[in-house]
Amino acid sequence: MDMDVAIVGIGIHPFGRTPGLSGMQQGAVAARDALKDAGIEWKDIQFAFGGSASSGNADALSNELGLTGIPFMNVANGCATGGSSLISAYNTIKSGLFDLGMVTGFDKHDRGAFDADPEALGLGRWYGEVGMMLTTQFFAMKIQKYMHQYGISKETLARVAEKAFLNGSLNPNAWRRQPVSVEEIAGAMMVNDPLTKYMFCAPAEGGVALVLCRADKARQYTDTPIYLKSAVLKSRRYGSFEVFAPSQALVEAEGPTYDAAKAAFEMAGVGPADIDVMQLQDTESGAEIMHMAENGFCEHGEQEHLIQSGATRIDGSMPVNTDGGCLANGEPIGASGLRQVYETVLQLRHAAGDHQVPGEPRLGYTHVYGAPGISAVTILQR
Amino acid sequence: MNNRVAITEGLFTWPSEQPALLASRCNNCGIASFPAGQSCMACSGQDVSLEELPNRGTLWTWTIQQFMPKPPYASGETMETFKPYGVGYVELPGGVRVEGRLTESDPAKLAIGMEMEVVFETFRTEENGDEVVSFFFKPVAGA
Repeated sequence: MDMDVAIVGIGIHPFGRTPGLSGMQQGAVAARDALKDAGIEWKDIQFAFGGSASSGNADALSNELGLTGIPFMNVANGCATGGSSLISAYNTIKSGLFDLGMVTGFDKHDRGAFDADPEALGLGRWYGEVGMMLTTQFFAMKIQKYMHQYGISKETLARVAEKAFLNGSLNPNAWRRQPVSVEEIAGAMMVNDPLTKYMFCAPAEGGVALVLCRADKARQYTDTPIYLKSAVLKSRRYGSFEVFAPSQALVEAEGPTYDAAKAAFEMAGVGPADIDVMQLQDTESGAEIMHMAENGFCEHGEQEHLIQSGATRIDGSMPVNTDGGCLANGEPIGASGLRQVYETVLQLRHAAGDHQVPGEPRLGYTHVYGAPGISAVTILQR
Repeated sequence: MNNRVAITEGLFTWPSEQPALLASRCNNCGIASFPAGQSCMACSGQDVSLEELPNRGTLWTWTIQQFMPKPPYASGETMETFKPYGVGYVELPGGVRVEGRLTESDPAKLAIGMEMEVVFETFRTEENGDEVVSFFFKPVAGA
C-alpha cells in the first residue's frame, strides 16, 4: 500500500517566554490543541514522533496526555528536528503501517546563543575553546561571502528583519510583536559582522503538534485537510559550506537545502513558481536571503531586487515567513520546523487572520536548516 | 621561562622551528582534510597520509565575533576583558580552506581575497603559567 498523507489537526503553544510552564508542558498544550482541532482524543492516536533539544524526551508527553501504549519515538536532528519528526510520521502512514498519528516538538532554552558541544559533533574540544563553535559565526561568514559574490546590500539584510517583525506583529502566537524600523535594525549593536542583533533569532520557548492521517480518511476529521505532497530530509555532501566545519573543501557542491528542495519538488510534481506561500529557515536575515535561492525560488542575486521591491511581504508575489519566521518567533529547536508547518496549514486553510496571504493560496512550502548541515523540506497542498 | 604547549596534539607541528598546520591527504582521491583524520570525508577511503599545509593563502570569508562565547570557549578572558576577534576561512592553495581566528579584529582592515599567513601565538595562559599556543591567520603586510 502507498497512502497519501493529510494534516487534519494543528496545535500550538505561543512562542516566546512562558515562565509558568516547562517546555514539555507547552508541548502538552500544543498536543491537546491539535487533538481538539482534529476532533479526536489522545487514545485515538496510533503512533507519535517528537523532539526536544533541552526539555526532555518528547515521549514523556504521555505522562501528561495518557499512557496508551502507542509507539512514541524521540527524534533529535538539531534545528531540523521538527522536519525529521514530520518525515518519520509521513513515512509511517505512507507505508500503510498506521492511519492516524501525531508529531510534536517543544523546547525551552536558556537565553543567549546556543551552547554547542564539540565532541558531540565529532570535533576536537580545541575548536570550541578558541571560539569557533558558534552558529552565528557560520551564518555571518556565509552571508559575508554571499554578499560579496552576488551584490546583496546591508540594507537588504535589514529589510528582511523589518518584514519579520512586521509579520510577527500580526501573529498572536509570535514572540516579537513590535515592528522595528530598517534604520533601527541596521544601526543596532553588531553581533557578527555584517549582522546586527535584530538580524538574529534567539533561543526561545514554545510547542507545536500536528495530527496526520491517511488522506482517504481525512474528511472524517476536518473539512479542510491539507495534503503533504512532499517530505524530504537531506544531509550535507562533501564540498558544501556548512556550520561547525573547521575546514571547507576547495571543491564546491550544492548544500543540503538545494538537494532537499530539488527532491521535494520532484516528489510533489510541482515547481517553485507554483508555490503560493513559503516558510524558509531564517536563523538570521542572511539565511532567509540565501535560502530563497537555495530552495529554487529565485536566482542568486535576484533577492536584492525582490526584497527591496516587497515581493517577499505577505501581500507580495512570493510571501516568505508570513508568521514572522524564527526572527519574530525565536527558535525552540524541537518546535521550530513544526511551527512552519502549522503556519502553512493555517495559510492553506485561509485561516491565518491578519497575516493571511491574499488570493486563497493552494500550495505551501516549508524549509528548515540545522547543524551540522541538515535540511528538511515539505510541500503542502490544500 | 614558561612552558609553551600546543592547544591540542596533531593540529600543527609543535614544537618546531617552523610550525605548520597538519592535514591528512587521501591516497585514493587526493583530497586534503583539516584537522587530519583517519579517513577521507570525500570518498571514505582509509588510506591517508599526513602533510604540512602551506603557510600562506587568501581570505575566503570572515566575520568579527563581537560577543564573548559561552563555554567551551576558554580564553581566560572575562566579560570585562573580552575583546572582539576576527574569524575567517583561509584558502590554502592545493590544500583546503581552514577556519581560524584572525589576528585582525577591525572590519575595515579585512577583505575577501586578501593574503594571509598562519602564525602560532599564545592563546591563553594556564594557572600553572603554561602558555597555550594556537594558530591564527594574520594579514600579510604590504600584500
